[in-house]
Amino acid sequence: MAGHESSYNPTNVVEKWLDDRLPIIRWSKVHLMDYPTPKNLNYWWTFGAILVIMLVSQIVTGIVLAMHFTPQVNLAFDSVQLIRRDVNGGSIIQPLHAVGASMFFFALYIHIFRGLYFGSYKAPREVLWILGVIIFLLSMATAFMGYVLPWGQMSYWAAAVITNIFAAIPIVGDPILQLLRGGFAVDNPTLNRFFTLHYLLPFIIAAVVALHIWALHVPGNNNPIGVEVKSERDTVAFHPYYTMKDFFAFVVFCIPFAWFAFFAPDILGHPDNFIQANPLVTPPHIVPEWYFLPFYAILRAIDFNFILDSKLLGVIAFGGSILILFFVPWLDTSKVRSGTFRPAFKWFYWLFVLNFLILMYFGAQTPDTPVGPWTVADVSKLNVVYYFAYFIVILPLLGRFERPRPLPSSISEAVLTEPIAVSGADPAMPTAR
Amino acid sequence: MIKLSTIIAAAVLGLGLAAPAIAQEGHESATIQRQSWSFSGPFGKFDENQLQRGFQVFREVCAGCHSARLLAFRNLEEEGGPSFTEGQVKALAAEYTVNDPTVEGGTRKALPSDRWPGTGQSDADLKAAFGIVPPDFSVIAKARSVATPTPWWILNYFTGYSEGGPDYIHALLNGYQDPPPEGAEIPEGKYYNAVFPGHAIGMPPPLSDGAVTYAEPAEGGVAVPLTVEQYSEDVSAFLMWLADPHQVARKEAGFRVLLFILLFAGIMYGVKNRLWSRIH
Repeated sequence: MAGHESSYNPTNVVEKWLDDRLPIIRWSKVHLMDYPTPKNLNYWWTFGAILVIMLVSQIVTGIVLAMHFTPQVNLAFDSVQLIRRDVNGGSIIQPLHAVGASMFFFALYIHIFRGLYFGSYKAPREVLWILGVIIFLLSMATAFMGYVLPWGQMSYWAAAVITNIFAAIPIVGDPILQLLRGGFAVDNPTLNRFFTLHYLLPFIIAAVVALHIWALHVPGNNNPIGVEVKSERDTVAFHPYYTMKDFFAFVVFCIPFAWFAFFAPDILGHPDNFIQANPLVTPPHIVPEWYFLPFYAILRAIDFNFILDSKLLGVIAFGGSILILFFVPWLDTSKVRSGTFRPAFKWFYWLFVLNFLILMYFGAQTPDTPVGPWTVADVSKLNVVYYFAYFIVILPLLGRFERPRPLPSSISEAVLTEPIAVSGADPAMPTAR
Repeated sequence: MIKLSTIIAAAVLGLGLAAPAIAQEGHESATIQRQSWSFSGPFGKFDENQLQRGFQVFREVCAGCHSARLLAFRNLEEEGGPSFTEGQVKALAAEYTVNDPTVEGGTRKALPSDRWPGTGQSDADLKAAFGIVPPDFSVIAKARSVATPTPWWILNYFTGYSEGGPDYIHALLNGYQDPPPEGAEIPEGKYYNAVFPGHAIGMPPPLSDGAVTYAEPAEGGVAVPLTVEQYSEDVSAFLMWLADPHQVARKEAGFRVLLFILLFAGIMYGVKNRLWSRIH
């Protein structure tokens, strides 16, 4: 927790001198080493640290790629391919960056879904959650612009389709569209500004990550049982306990990362992106990267006019599906944080996860693909309804009607009785909240 | 402390998240059979003899219409590729003329450092002849692939299947049917190909049995048949190398990296467990 006594006692004269002027070592000791962390965090909690490392990895590989990349429409495609051919280590660095983006989003989704299950967004962690949603938005913008840089067919047409979304906004839509593209069509100015912004945004993400961690260190971590830390007995020092656990998790995370980057570097991408961008040839089937598919499916599901034009409605649903995350702390009315103690919530939560995966699958299919007697276009409307109903209807109502299971009185009690015993806890046990 | 179920759940969720990426493919796959390539899988390596034969097919057949602007002559002698000797590449390059505005006359003999000189025909002429400009071959093997039906594409992530390009090219080169099957309407100047999307392809069947005469195999080598099947396999392998010339080196590095990660993960697991055994 913030404000606890520092155990830092500078011993040598240089450290003392520095400590009086800039107590950076003291600060590091408090926040990076002694930071009291609930001792019952499970492996789902390691993805925060994994994401920090992945962000650094993306920035490092990205800077090297930027040294060899040419943001010019006639040269960009070849320059990326030449990185893989002629740059020392390029045949590894380029895949590490491209696959790294996928791995980053994989970790990011797990991190978000972990927060949704364990109620990590609830008071007093609303600001922490909101900063996380901002990071999510910035990451999406960064990844999207990064995908445009190799200037393949999918790059070009993704840029055309996604920037065109903004044209649906009344009055300001067209000016925004032209500002994004730097003209009336996706062209050299688009590539240039996307390159510049793709280089800039990761550093802004890093800054928001710093705020995110600051906002984490004020209330301290949530934990799998969602009961706040009661005493020192409930915590362990961040270092070495969680530094080593997180690092172990990161090394395991590197197994699929390395598998894809070294053995199948292009399996997560689209073959059409190995065809140089051609404004005159539209690919038969434009699809975004996998991590955008659920939201792309939501955008496409709205293909009907309802008071507003379908295009505008689609954009509202698309934007709303992400922006609604900002309001989750207030939409969920349950006093109990952890999904472990919420018998009804669990069902709706896992249905939400399944629904999200189905949306992702549908995002990659053409709307007329048959699904039983219906089509993707039909069924995905139901998925969109559930996506929003989860936040707007289910979370607010569940808190009122659900009877949560009794909570253990403290983290230590839960740990001592083992997690399995906790979930089937004695109803007579005193509740914590 | 470690829960196996957690890891399994993470893996399943991860797959679920990553899975749809491959399902985005568009090409028709009904008639496409996966070939067994020497370069597939984590331990795959190119067969130098095959790459040399494939290069010969490319040079004698394809290169008349298809450019390969990212290929440099020097690449042909690099490790992991066709591995021609330095002398062979020098002699090969010298057979070609390249534009160079800095020399008298504006053209000179190519050097190993030069890039492949192109088709020698203008795009306009090619377009007039075939209806489209034949695509550049530099990364064509990465730009084509074969769709795997749902749900089997999930397996591709575990096998690291990346040979959709050569599988497609091989099938395409063997996919011509003359005369076309009944009911297939092929416009004037197009050819029926069972694999090509829409079946009407502008490229006339480029290969025929005996069209390319391979050099006598080196001592201990095996003579290969001079058939369309053999040519198409060889040129597909060559195009795969051309699209990603360092893939064998990358795979070898990947094996060492993964071995290190696995060992390191084991060590870190021990470190973590030892530390945490004091807690509870």
